[in-house]
Amino acid sequence: MTAEPSVVEVTLESDLKNLEVVEEIVRRVAGTAGFGEESEHQIEMAVHESMINAIWHGNKNDASKSVWLRFEIYKDRLEIRVRDQGNGFNITEVPDPCSAENLLRVSGRGIYLIRTFMDEFHVKHLPGSGTEVTMVKRIDPAH
Amino acid sequence: MSMKATIRQVDSVTVVDISGRITLGEGCAQLRELIRGQLTKGNKRVLINLADVTYIDSSGIGELVSAYTAVTNQGGQLKLLKLTQKVHDLLQITKLYTVFDVHDDEAKAIGSFGKS
Repeated sequence: MTAEPSVVEVTLESDLKNLEVVEEIVRRVAGTAGFGEESEHQIEMAVHESMINAIWHGNKNDASKSVWLRFEIYKDRLEIRVRDQGNGFNITEVPDPCSAENLLRVSGRGIYLIRTFMDEFHVKHLPGSGTEVTMVKRIDPAH
Repeated sequence: MSMKATIRQVDSVTVVDISGRITLGEGCAQLRELIRGQLTKGNKRVLINLADVTYIDSSGIGELVSAYTAVTNQGGQLKLLKLTQKVHDLLQITKLYTVFDVHDDEAKAIGSFGKS
């Protein structure tokens, strides 16, 4: 049986000015979960990039739309969900930013960074209501 | 804390000292305008000092790439100085570390541009 997680849930106006608000929340949540400084920064960056995807690409920078975040702190992991009100994207169509032909592209590194920094990354299209990404970072007791 | 940039001329090299955040929005736009402005003035030897950058995201990394491409396309050189550990790690992860000419010492970095 899995113990009930501690939950932090927040809904924010879809505006880039909220990025720093979210970073502060992430720092506190990650600290509470017991992550060290390096993991905390990785989680912060992963959520930052997810927020940008949600605000910029999902909600098309429309401040009348919202971004919903949910943090679930378990004993062994932190699960984070970020949901926007956009039309979603096909994860298989995201090009590899490290391949020679894409290396000097200006954009397209966000999802790559999320995948690098988190242990799990999933994208789910919610018909009629947006896109939800789920990220998991396992808590390494040694750090 | 938003991004701040100061520009100084050392020999023939334009040194851009950046502090704060290079992130999507204001920070990236500011860096883009700054590089464009220097190229318009004919300053094509650019050294970006990142020692006081507190946060950079994928858009900020992209903006550095954009600056590099813009300067190189005009026959100039853009180099990076004093990466923080976090910026260093991000450039390694994104395989961009070998694209940029990165220096830790300003005098040596200036010297690496050669004589104008």
